[in-house]
Amino acid sequence: MKAAVIVFPGSNCDRDLAVALRAAGFDVTMVWHKDTGLPADVDLVGLPGGFSFGDYLRCGAIAARSPIVSAVVDHAKKGGYVLGICNGFQILTESGLLPGALMRNRELKYICRTVPLIVKNASSAFTNGYRDRQAIDIPIAHHDGNYSADADTLERLTGEGRVAFTYAANPNGSRNDIAGVLSENGRVLGMMPHPERAADPALGGTDGRALFTSLAQSFADA
Amino acid sequence: MKARVHVMLKDGVLDPQGEAVRHALGSLGFDEARGVRQGKVIELDLEDGTSEARIGEMCEKLLANTVIESYRIEIL
Repeated sequence: MKAAVIVFPGSNCDRDLAVALRAAGFDVTMVWHKDTGLPADVDLVGLPGGFSFGDYLRCGAIAARSPIVSAVVDHAKKGGYVLGICNGFQILTESGLLPGALMRNRELKYICRTVPLIVKNASSAFTNGYRDRQAIDIPIAHHDGNYSADADTLERLTGEGRVAFTYAANPNGSRNDIAGVLSENGRVLGMMPHPERAADPALGGTDGRALFTSLAQSFADA
Repeated sequence: MKARVHVMLKDGVLDPQGEAVRHALGSLGFDEARGVRQGKVIELDLEDGTSEARIGEMCEKLLANTVIESYRIEIL
């Protein structure tokens, strides 16, 4: 099982993500944003949290146009798995791999705290280690996590079971309380909460660990 | 040549920053400010003869996120 974690200037959760993936059994390669290709035979690409390119223009906008993200888009279009967390989710919407956009939080404040989530789809490769409607506690840390999409898109996401997680108590104004969404084929997940920050008892929580072990199990079974 | 691109949130997309500015205006006594929308202005210094269509491509590909934003090009 091979994973690549992309490092942009301003990424700050890249090593945390690598630690969580390695703990679940992945062989992880860190890939610098100026590299033009992914390592051969990568199963999963991780886009980490942080402030890529200083959040200039729009969060994730510059990163989404970098050469390495073109390679990530190709990987996804060939059916590869991609996990984008926080800034990684913003990059996924900016690149068009996931619908919608992440706007400024409703209260205009940066929010950094652990929040309760509800698992809305427990059948994806990312979430099958959870029970349907399970409540889990995962930290959020963002200023622009207010998920926005038009009514048709929201209806489609809900109807197709592509809402992976919702907030139990909406912290940021996200439409339909959406915290994480899946691509049409269920192989790209973007989420604002940080499962890698709740993947070890030393971090104060372990509710995020099942996401990484679910993924590892999916590849082991494949 | 120079061009100016105005990027605004689309109508119907909630603008929490504009709303906060509206509140602040209200608290300063400017009750006539019934709505505020906040956007961005981007100035481009371009090779002479750059077409508006070309600038439109820049907007579509990078300068605006057309999921939530609209843009207007002004050639100076």
